[in-house]
Amino acid sequence: MRIVTLVKYVPDATGERGFSEDGTVDREGTDGRLSELDEYAVEQSLRLAEASDDEVEVVALTMGPDDAADAIKKALQIGASSGVHVCDDDIAGSDALGTSLVLAAAIRKLEPDLVITGMASTDGVMGVLPAMLSERLGWPGLTLAHTVELDGRTLTVVRDGDTASQRVQAELPAVLSVTDQSGEPRYPGLKNVMAAKKKKVEEWDLDDLGLEADAVGAAAALTTVRETAPRPPRQAGRVVTDSDGSGAAALTEFLTAGKYV
Amino acid sequence: MGSVIVLAEAGEQGVSKPTLELLTLARRLGEPVVVVLGETTGEVVQTLGRHGATAVLTVAEPALQEGLPAPRAEALAQLAGDRQASVVLLTSTPDAKDVAGRLAVRLTAALVTDAIDVQPGEGGVVTRQSVFAGSWTVEAASTADVAVVTVKPNSVEAEEAPVEPAVETVQVTLSETSTAVRVLESSPKAATGRPELTEAAIVVSGGRGTGGDFAAVEAFADALGAAVGASRAAVDSGWYPHAYQIGQTGKTVSPQLYVAAGISGAIQHRAGMQTSRAVVAVNKDPEAPIFEMADLGVVGDLHTVLPAVTEQLRDARG
Ligand SMILES: Cc1cc2nc3c(=O)[nH]c(=O)nc-3n(C[C@H](O)[C@H](O)[C@H](O)COP(=O)(O)OP(=O)(O)OC[C@H]3O[C@@H](n4cnc5c(N)ncnc54)[C@H](O)[C@@H]3O)c2cc1C
Ligand SMILES: Nc1ncnc2c1ncn2[C@@H]1O[C@H](COP(=O)(O)O)[C@@H](O)[C@H]1O
Repeated sequence: MRIVTLVKYVPDATGERGFSEDGTVDREGTDGRLSELDEYAVEQSLRLAEASDDEVEVVALTMGPDDAADAIKKALQIGASSGVHVCDDDIAGSDALGTSLVLAAAIRKLEPDLVITGMASTDGVMGVLPAMLSERLGWPGLTLAHTVELDGRTLTVVRDGDTASQRVQAELPAVLSVTDQSGEPRYPGLKNVMAAKKKKVEEWDLDDLGLEADAVGAAAALTTVRETAPRPPRQAGRVVTDSDGSGAAALTEFLTAGKYV
Repeated sequence: MGSVIVLAEAGEQGVSKPTLELLTLARRLGEPVVVVLGETTGEVVQTLGRHGATAVLTVAEPALQEGLPAPRAEALAQLAGDRQASVVLLTSTPDAKDVAGRLAVRLTAALVTDAIDVQPGEGGVVTRQSVFAGSWTVEAASTADVAVVTVKPNSVEAEEAPVEPAVETVQVTLSETSTAVRVLESSPKAATGRPELTEAAIVVSGGRGTGGDFAAVEAFADALGAAVGASRAAVDSGWYPHAYQIGQTGKTVSPQLYVAAGISGAIQHRAGMQTSRAVVAVNKDPEAPIFEMADLGVVGDLHTVLPAVTEQLRDARG
């Protein structure tokens, strides 16, 4: 069996994030890293592999600039078997539609039984890629799972939706996205870090995927960023140290003055 | 003007407030056509009409009632095609985003998620989003014939603009591919009697500092008619259900007032509440980062401060 795990390289959320002049995410100013939420996807892939009687291969797939190779490296250290890095200058500036087109083509080429993604990118936070991939591939999509079970080729998950918690089921091949409630990712041990160096990583470009340059990237994007502006940071207001009820008095006064009651 | 499709959240409890906000935005962009996936009542139609829905389309296909995204997207794609819609508006919820992503693929539409504003533009709609934990605002223009936009609740004030809607029951054809997922079990979220988290005017959240006892947070919230939220630390400790988590991997809220009690203010938490109109923090630690963004900060124990305020509010009310 083969699982393809989608990993994204993102600017570190704890650093200063911002935009470059061309309206794309500034990747110079901050360190990049494997999106924390995708570590849960890698973890879930490994858990399914370990629980299976079959030989399971976990392929980490990323689309992104040269630096994105780091996301693959981290996934290999955590325990993925091999990696594929889709990298092409013409991909730069892709919107979700373009990204899903490229990733769907790479997935088709890898012919997996299961695709596992994180719940959302920590930079874009759209949380739409899993649904888009499911739609493009024509495979069932089970999203936002916190509990995952694979029995033969039947995948059953529990998903917390907006209004209900549901147990849903589908047959492989399928697309699955897992939440940060699905099980804490393991830390790569020294042994795995060493072993990762020997694992195979392939680089693919648009030609390898049979895609035309004008179908993706900034050229094909259906939305253009017109303006980006930093929001004025929130200012610290009044701070009251509570003693003998002065904190409560200040809060009551704030609520009354602001007409919140 | 083309038609603008609004996917309604409507049920026995009536029409959701975010749906009415979408209608207000839709009126700027074209003729608002509301799609209700499921049964409607006269009251639902009336409310939608009062907010400017020129047409209400109900689709009574049973497979759509389970709430799964694939058949919903397929149905909406057909209706958007039939009506030659230029925009489809949905409320930004995880479920709706699943639908929106699929719909964008089907319609080859521009896709914008978590918009805080939508305006008509020259080649399509112009949207604003707040990104990177609410620290940047991005304005984008769509250049496609169709745009699919999910809008955050509380982004606009819902306004009335009464019309008499044409009500129609429509048929859709669902494919095998989009009905490949089976629902084995569905347990609706228990009602709390409090306002919906993402719609509430006031949200009171508790974190690790509650020590697992949310009684003071809940009582304070009830005195204000507020919704209750939680930090991930509180959720991970099993003190409050995940559905109430505020932050990057939980809900995003933009209330008039956000009260953080026993919450340090990590970037991932701020991502879910940074755009609130006013922020109050109650925390024992004067160095807690949440104070840097609070309009009022109270350095103190939430277990004494909140009950005291709750009491004072009750007394004032008599
Ligand atoms: C990928 C990722 C996603 C994440 N997503 C989210 C998310 O969606 N939402 C989220 O909230 N977090 C999220 N986090 C976690 C986040 O980084 C923080 O760990 C979390 O927000 C901390 O919660 P807290 O403030 O309740 O706990 P702490 O940081 O432990 O803070 C507790 C605070 O309570 C105060 N306190 C203690 N006792 C009292 C008392 N009696 N009275 C008053 N104050 C008291 C303390 O001084 C302290 O400041 C995410 C992290 C990662 C890596
Ligand atoms: N460029 C990318 N390369 C690999 N995986 C991605 C990429 N973009 C998104 N994903 C995957 O899709 C999930 C949801 O992303 P998004 O819809 O961008 O929030 C992420 O958690 C990743 O697993």
